[in-house]
Amino acid sequence: MSTAAAVILWTGASFYAIFGGADFGGGFWDLIAGDAKKGWEPRMAIQRSLTPVWEANHVWLVFILVVLWTAFPGTFSAIFSTLYVPLILAVLGIVLRGSGFAFRKSIEGLSEQRAAGATFALSSVITPFFMGTVVGAIAVGNVPADGSGAAFSSWLAPTPLFIGAMFVATSAYMAAIFLVGDSRRAGDHAMEIYFEKRALIAGAVAGVFAVVGLIALHSEAHYVYHRLLHQGLPIVIVSAVCGLGALAALLFGNRLLLRPLAALAVIAVIWGWFVAQFPYLLPTTQKFSEAAAPNATLSAVFVVFGIACVLVLPALFLLYFLAQSDFLEHEH
Amino acid sequence: MALPGVIPLAASATTNLFAAREQMAFTLAFHIVLASLGVALPATILVANYIGLKKNDHDAMELAQRWSKAMAVTFAVGAVTGTVLSFEFGLLWPRFMERFGGAFGIAFGIEGLFFFLEAIFLAIYIYGWKRLPPWAHFWAGVPMFVTGIGGAFSVVAANSWMNQPQGFVLDAAGKVTEVEPVKVLFNPATWYEVPHMILGAYMVTGFLVASIYAVGMLKGRRDRLHRLGLLIPLTIACIATPVQLLVGDTAAREVAHNQPAKFAAMECIQNSGGHQTEYLGGICTASGVKLGIGIPDLDSLLVGFSPDSKVTGLNQIPNDERPPDNTFIHLAFNLMVGIGSALMVLVLWLAYSVFKKRDIPSTPWFLKAVAVSGIGAILALWSGWIVTEVGRQPWIVNGYMKTSEAVTHANGIWGAFIFTLLLYATIGTIAILVLRRMSRRWREGGEGTAEDEPSPYAPEEPGVAV
Repeated sequence: MSTAAAVILWTGASFYAIFGGADFGGGFWDLIAGDAKKGWEPRMAIQRSLTPVWEANHVWLVFILVVLWTAFPGTFSAIFSTLYVPLILAVLGIVLRGSGFAFRKSIEGLSEQRAAGATFALSSVITPFFMGTVVGAIAVGNVPADGSGAAFSSWLAPTPLFIGAMFVATSAYMAAIFLVGDSRRAGDHAMEIYFEKRALIAGAVAGVFAVVGLIALHSEAHYVYHRLLHQGLPIVIVSAVCGLGALAALLFGNRLLLRPLAALAVIAVIWGWFVAQFPYLLPTTQKFSEAAAPNATLSAVFVVFGIACVLVLPALFLLYFLAQSDFLEHEH
Repeated sequence: MALPGVIPLAASATTNLFAAREQMAFTLAFHIVLASLGVALPATILVANYIGLKKNDHDAMELAQRWSKAMAVTFAVGAVTGTVLSFEFGLLWPRFMERFGGAFGIAFGIEGLFFFLEAIFLAIYIYGWKRLPPWAHFWAGVPMFVTGIGGAFSVVAANSWMNQPQGFVLDAAGKVTEVEPVKVLFNPATWYEVPHMILGAYMVTGFLVASIYAVGMLKGRRDRLHRLGLLIPLTIACIATPVQLLVGDTAAREVAHNQPAKFAAMECIQNSGGHQTEYLGGICTASGVKLGIGIPDLDSLLVGFSPDSKVTGLNQIPNDERPPDNTFIHLAFNLMVGIGSALMVLVLWLAYSVFKKRDIPSTPWFLKAVAVSGIGAILALWSGWIVTEVGRQPWIVNGYMKTSEAVTHANGIWGAFIFTLLLYATIGTIAILVLRRMSRRWREGGEGTAEDEPSPYAPEEPGVAV
């Protein structure tokens, strides 16, 4: 039962990595799009694709937090007791990002808009980076079950930092992949090429970070490293093949396979992490079964998750469908 | 001032407790206003939208569009301030979550479900004005109304559980071993706390939106749009207010029976017994209320419908289980009831005038009263939460866990609090400026501008983009 609850947790993480990640990545490309004139077109393309969906995508994070504290209350407490520094920085990023994005348009005057826009873009990079360090610190076993881990050295270590960087690169990659398709649909060939180029670079960088992270993992977390390359090997291969496949799809202009392959590559990384630290929620001090809430609570979580599948997923598809078929306005 | 309940603690833990409580109070107070708008604005907008479509009323349609653009801003800020609260659960109260997350966390799971649906349909509604067929667009908005109420139910159910916890079994070590989720959700405080908050949200939203148009009318903008903008939200608030008075009265009686310590603090009752005096205002001391207006027997009468009704006094509560800041709780309670009653007078005034001459009262004093009603409703909302939360102290889970046991041992809580104050002050100021500028643009552009008004996230023209 506790494993099923963990599967729900990682499912939420998968959705958040794809959709929330793409939102953060949009902010990354916005940040480096250049001055107001040069960056106008890509920024408009980013806003067009982000506007109607970013808030719904953000809810996946709330979903993860709620499932974690309900199904694994002790783990939630241990993570927040040890990693409060990167968590505070991540939530700061979330606050600045959401309000920066919402205020950006409604503020008059170029300089104020710039400030709001820069806030949005910069925090889009900060947030996934610190979330990555949190995941990295958990994976390498720097969060003990009693939450007594070091406030700084737990996450200021090679693997957590590399995973933070990998989160940023992966977000940028997912965003660019989505933006290629969106620009194509909008008939904007220049932007399609623009984001195609960036998707290639971000994909390659994310791949390099993944490999470097793996090397760092070898010295820092033997348990996770070992399992990743044994029990997790098929998933690692799936991720690598899909990642390379997505790059090939980019190069050869195959738009049909591009998104599924890119998304699969990212999802496979998330599940590789799951397999690598199985059966530990906090390697290697707390197992799923040790951390789990009473069975009735887990059952309630399953019921809520079941209802979510029936109600939220169709609604989410409706939103994406309406946004993708231009039923929702994004320009005036 | 009676300040019982001094908790023996190490110095650092004591200051952490204070800082963490202040931070929680401040971020909750900020969020609860936005959350109230999230709960009740959808219905307000949908009423205007319905009138607009049914009667082909352009003014009503214009209002619905304007309000939905404003809601896009308040919902975005509310979504992030709500996320901050869920982080704070772990950052400030890790021991509370560790011990009881498995028991009451599920309420937030249900809330997450409603929040998800609200975010989705809100996006469809806000961005669907132009391209969805009008009635399909209206119906796409209806789920927001349902999810707002559902979300409020689940969050307040979690809070009412903290006040009257049940539905779990603890082992010898204090670990939750068995949980009955239905009992957790429907605890003895749920049935009055939940409607009290939902009605409060409708009052805050109704009076606040109406107050904006009352200010406009006082400045001489007496067109039909302003009258409608005043009347639609005011009508909603006027329906909620009398019901709220009944619910609130019942809630106070329930608190008297189920949480006597909190009730004793609310009413400054020192000694148990019948014939309790009801005090308005004043300072609570161990020897009774000073400087308050006392009405003999009224408190007993309100609690048990008889002057002989026995009410528990603080003398029966162990020293270390008495709520702190007695006077503060008492005055907050008075303020909430006072404002609620004043709003009820406003409702009766309007009802009389509409009944007599089919129009709002013609005196500018009526508009002035409406103009301050929004702020008044917010003050009442805050006061009510102060009574609920400070009145529950020193417990975080009433009778099971003290707030001092729940607080984090991390360093730098004061720094985080000061930073949060500055950050929220900035965000709050910008949000108000943004809403004011939107309103000014609409006014200058005249009717029909809200439709062309880009939603907050829409792109800017070339050269002006960030």
